[in-house]
Amino acid sequence: MAHSHTAAHGNASEHAAGHPLVGHLVPVSTLLFTALTLLVLTAITVAVRYIDIGEFNIWVAIGIAVVKAALVATFFMHLRWDRPFNLLVFVGCTLFVVLMMAFCVLDTGQYRASQYTGNPPVAQQTLDANAPGAPVALQKEDINP
Amino acid sequence: MWLFLATEVLFFGALFVAYAVLRSRFPEVFSYASHYLDTVMGGVNTCVLIISSLTMALAVYFAQRGKKFALVLCLWLTMSGAVGFLVIKYFEYTHKIHENLVWGPSFYVPPHSHEGDLERSVLAKAPAPAANPVPAPTDPSATSLVSLAARPPADASAIKPAQSGPKGLGAWSAPTAAAAAAMQPQDPIPAEAPSDHLADPKLPPNTHLFFAIYYAMTGLHGIHVVVGMIVIGMLIFRATRGDFGPNYYTPVDLIGLYWHIVDLVWIFLFPLFYLIH
Repeated sequence: MAHSHTAAHGNASEHAAGHPLVGHLVPVSTLLFTALTLLVLTAITVAVRYIDIGEFNIWVAIGIAVVKAALVATFFMHLRWDRPFNLLVFVGCTLFVVLMMAFCVLDTGQYRASQYTGNPPVAQQTLDANAPGAPVALQKEDINP
Repeated sequence: MWLFLATEVLFFGALFVAYAVLRSRFPEVFSYASHYLDTVMGGVNTCVLIISSLTMALAVYFAQRGKKFALVLCLWLTMSGAVGFLVIKYFEYTHKIHENLVWGPSFYVPPHSHEGDLERSVLAKAPAPAANPVPAPTDPSATSLVSLAARPPADASAIKPAQSGPKGLGAWSAPTAAAAAAMQPQDPIPAEAPSDHLADPKLPPNTHLFFAIYYAMTGLHGIHVVVGMIVIGMLIFRATRGDFGPNYYTPVDLIGLYWHIVDLVWIFLFPLFYLIH
């Protein structure tokens, strides 16, 4: 990677002919390889869906998505060759989203017991009026005894 | 540009937080309702977006190299990827709206009221007791798995009250046989013919919440795709005019960054909605 990067950079300097480049000339081979990796990872994440590894399914799916996102940001969005400040902005805001998510999930988990288990009244009324036979009126306890 | 992308991440981040809260609160709803989404369509859409991201990155490359024809070609390919994505999304949305797989109380309305809907009227005619005298199954647990639409209403009495719940079939079955018999001559389509999801006894409460967050997130993403098409169209116009070259390609680069973040959001949306085990 470092080799092709240097080669491409030399190429770009020739073409720019003295002009300061805003970005970096990412080699076509790198772009194609990135896209191929993304497609392969997509196939893997679809395949993992059909394997039951319990609670780890979601974490594997998120992990693959994070790897794919990192690939897109690093090569397609050429963060690898950008100013580090851009990386700081991007990773920083993502981390704050994760922080907000963690606190919201923890917080709603705290008062879970006080929340209703069945359908909300409006939905239940519509259900009773339109499809009185539909077994959707089941409560949570009935589904998982 | 990166600051703008950060605001985009926060914009979608709020919806991802809503998703996380809902999913931690109603895990059974998500694992159930995910099966109403078409994994093939979602997977094809993922590939379409990845390839359009690739052509966008190639467009930046060719703009930097001053290859005008290749630049315009790559921009058109990116545009066609966006169009393809939205066409597939359109088919997904219309199918779900057709089946009333929507947010809010409409989720609980049986979607059979459209006039001239051949498929559904055939489905709804099937349970007519006079036309199809099907013997009542003896195993109640087997009955509950059969779609309501495919079984004579008289069979409803065979379902155990415990399975149908306090407001379910147990309470409903008594008037059904008489009412259906009385109604049948005038109305060949019984009013109570439910859609598939309403007939499913495994449908957990609050399933409409899945579709609410699904439409909110994919809808916002779809709006971003439309905006992307508009700005890529402007790029195509300017690139065809010959505005871009090694000395000036910043618009291609920045709109490319925007397009990649749209791709990036979908990379997360796809497993979170379509691929729940």
